[in-house]
Amino acid sequence: MNFDFSDDQKQLRDQARKFLAEKCSPKAVRVVLDGKAPYDKELWKGLAEMGFLGVAIPEEFGGAGAGHLELCVIAEEMGRANAPVPFSSTVYLAAEALLIAGSDAQKKKWLPAIASGEAIGTLALFEGKGNPAPKNVKLAAANGVLNGVKKPVADGAIADFAVVAARTGSSGRDGDISLFLVDLKAGGVEVKSLTNLDPTRGQAEITFKDCKAEPLGAAGDGWSILTQVLDRAAVLCAFEQVGGSDRTLEMGRDYALDRIAFGRQIGSFQAVKHMLADMYVSATLARSNSYYGAWALSTNAAELPEAAAAARISATQAFQHCAKNNIQVHGGMGFTWEFDCHMYYRRANAMALGLGSLSYWEDQLIDRMRKKNAA
Amino acid sequence: MNFDDTPQEAEFRSLARAWIGANAPKQYEDELRKSSLGRTVLRNANILEVAKAWQKKKADAGWACLHWPKEYGGRGSSPIERVIWSQEEGPFGQLSRMFIIGHGMCGPTMMAFAREEHKRTYLPPLASGEKIWCQLFSEPAGGSDVAGLRTRAEKDGGDWVINGQKIWTSGAHYSDYGILLTRTDPTVPKHKGLTMFFLDMKSPGVEVRPIKQASGASDFNEVYFTNVRIPDHQRLGEVGDGWNVSLTTLMNERSAIGAAVSTGFPELFEYCSSLMLDDGPAIEDRAVRSKLANWAVKASGLKYTSMRAISALSKGERPGPENSIGKLVAGSMIQDVATYALDLQGASGVVSGEDAELAGRFQAMLLRAPGTRVEGGTDEIMRNIIAERVLGLPGDIRVDKDVPFNKIPTKGR
Repeated sequence: MNFDFSDDQKQLRDQARKFLAEKCSPKAVRVVLDGKAPYDKELWKGLAEMGFLGVAIPEEFGGAGAGHLELCVIAEEMGRANAPVPFSSTVYLAAEALLIAGSDAQKKKWLPAIASGEAIGTLALFEGKGNPAPKNVKLAAANGVLNGVKKPVADGAIADFAVVAARTGSSGRDGDISLFLVDLKAGGVEVKSLTNLDPTRGQAEITFKDCKAEPLGAAGDGWSILTQVLDRAAVLCAFEQVGGSDRTLEMGRDYALDRIAFGRQIGSFQAVKHMLADMYVSATLARSNSYYGAWALSTNAAELPEAAAAARISATQAFQHCAKNNIQVHGGMGFTWEFDCHMYYRRANAMALGLGSLSYWEDQLIDRMRKKNAA
Repeated sequence: MNFDDTPQEAEFRSLARAWIGANAPKQYEDELRKSSLGRTVLRNANILEVAKAWQKKKADAGWACLHWPKEYGGRGSSPIERVIWSQEEGPFGQLSRMFIIGHGMCGPTMMAFAREEHKRTYLPPLASGEKIWCQLFSEPAGGSDVAGLRTRAEKDGGDWVINGQKIWTSGAHYSDYGILLTRTDPTVPKHKGLTMFFLDMKSPGVEVRPIKQASGASDFNEVYFTNVRIPDHQRLGEVGDGWNVSLTTLMNERSAIGAAVSTGFPELFEYCSSLMLDDGPAIEDRAVRSKLANWAVKASGLKYTSMRAISALSKGERPGPENSIGKLVAGSMIQDVATYALDLQGASGVVSGEDAELAGRFQAMLLRAPGTRVEGGTDEIMRNIIAERVLGLPGDIRVDKDVPFNKIPTKGR
C-alpha cells in the first residue's frame, strides 16, 4: 500500500505551481474578473505548451498520455491559482466524455485540439433550476437535429464545441437520454453570456434551433455516460477545491500573522487560531477524501462512484468553509474588492453548484453506500 | 498511489488471517462487533480476563505489540503490517483497549529512558498483557496544563519519596505498574522542575480510588501517594528533565495511529438503514440522508487521513502534530451522532440501558462521548496544537512561563 502521489507526480505539481505563480498572478485573474477579457488566452496557450491540457489524453490523440493522477495534481494547482481559464469544462467534462464515449473519428477530431489549446469544449446539461436528473432534460433531439435551451453552460460563450444531453425517448427511463456533439461555431446555435457568481469562469445560455448534431455514444446511453463523466469531474473538481482551500487557509494564516490589533498579532487570539485550525481540519479531510477519489479514478475502480461523491461533498464543504472564514479573518479589509479574498469566495460558491449542488451529491453518496452495503 | 498489498504484505496478511482464524475467541465475536463506545460488551464473561488471555495467546505466537522490537516482546513489524493486522483482527482488536496506554505510551517511554535490565524485565510481560501499565500525569491542578502538577518527589538516600495526588488515570484500578511525572524542584519555572519515574502500583502508600463518571461507569481513577518510596534506579531520564521525557510519551501517543477511532458513523448508518420513521424508511428521508452524508465524509476523511499518515510513516517520516485532527474530529462527531440517533427515536430515546432500543447503544454513546472530547487533551488544546505547530501561529500568552513554580498563584479568586 502507498497512499500518496509518487515523486514524479509531486514534481509535476511543483512545476505546475511554479508556472501558475508566474503566469497566473491575482493581477492576471483580475483582468477576467473585471470583464476585460472572457478568459486568459495567454495562460491557456501556456498551459497547452506545458502539456497540462492533454496530460490525461492518450498520446495517439495528441496528449501526454500520463494519466489521471497527473491530472489531479495539476487540477489542485489550477484551484490554488484560481485560474481564469475554461479548464474544468474543457478537460474534465468535454474531454472525459469523448474519452469515455467518443468514436475514433470524434476523438481524432477534438482531443488533439483540446491538448493543443485550439479547442475549448463544454458540457451542456442543465436547463434552468434543478440537479442532474433525466427528467430535467427536455431539449429534444430528432433525426440528428436539436431544439431547446441549455442554461447555465459553463464557459458556453467561449466554447468551440459542446457535449449536449438531449431527450430521444419518452419511456420515462434513463434510456430516454442520449448525448450529442455539437460544433458551436456552426449554424443553429445562439449563445448569450450570463452574469454569474464567479466572472473568472463564465456561464452562458445556449439556444439550439434546428441545430445539426452528431451522436456521442450509443443512442439511449446518454445518462449512463453522463453519470460517469460527472463522477470523474467530481474528483477532478475536488482537487481544484482542495487547492483553493489550501490557498485561502494560507491567506488567512498569513494575514493573522501580519495584522496587529490590541497590541498583538491577531493570530495569537484563540478565537482566530481556532477558526484557522478548523479550516485546516476541513481542508485535510477534503484532501484525504480526494486522494481516495484519485486512486479510484486512476484505476477505474468499482469504488469510484462512492469515492467521487465523498470527495465532491468534502471538498465543496472545505472550500466554502475556508473561503468564507478567510474573509472573516481579514475583517473589513477582506470584504473589499481590492483584496483577493472574494475571488476565492466566488469560485468556492460557484464550484459548489457546477456539477449539481451538495444535496444532489449527498443523495448520490447515500444511494451508493446503500448499494454497496446491500451487495 | 495504490491500495494493493505488495507480495510481502500479502504474505503477512495471509499468515495473520490464518492465525487469527484458528485462534481468536470466536464466541465473543458477535458481541464485540455490536459494541460501541460507552457500552459494556461481554455479558457472560469478565472482559479483563478475556482480553488478557487473547493478548497472551498473541504474544506466545509472536503477534503482540507488532511495532516493538522482538527482544522486548514485540515483532519488529512495519507500520503497514500493523494496519494489516488491525484490519484482519477486526472486532477482536477491541479487546486490546486496556493495553493501549501501556503499549502505546509507557512501553516506548521505557524503551527510550529505562536501564537495559529494566527493559528486559518489564517490557515482555507488558507486551503479553500479563502486566498492565497506566500513565500518571494529570492532576487536579494540572489537566490541560500538565506541567502545572504538584505531586512532590523528594530525595531520601537512594530512594525518592512521593506525596501528592493524580487524577483521570485510566485503568489504575487494574494496573500493575505506572509511569509517574513528579515535581522535584518547586523553585524553578514549572517545566524545569519535573522528573519522571516508573513504579509498582502495589507499593505501600499508593491508594487508587475509582471515579464515578457522568456516564455512570468508572474507567478512571484518583491515585493518592503517601510517602511512597521509589528507588532512584527507577527514574526515567535526568532529574529535572521530566518534561522532555513526557513529551516522548505524548509523541508516542500521537503515533499510535492505525488504531481506528470511533466516530459512531457505522453504527448510525446501520441503524438508519433499517429504521422506519412515521413517513417511511429513515434512509429515504431527505434530512436524514443529508446528515448521514455529512458524517460519512468526515468518517472517510479521517480514515484516509490516517492512511496518508501511515504511508508517510512507512517512508520513514515522523508522525507530526497534524495527527491531532483524529481525536478533534471524532470526539465531537460521536457526540453529535449519538444525539441525532436519539432524536430519531423521539420521546422513547430517553430510555437507556437494556430497556432501550438496541439495548441502549446510542444512549451509552451519548453519555460516554463528553469524556472523549476531554481525555488526552480537550478540543481547545487540539486546536491550539494545530494552530501553533502545524500552521505556525503564535503560542498562547503564558504569564507563568518564567515564574518559579512556588510563586505561581493557585486560586483565581
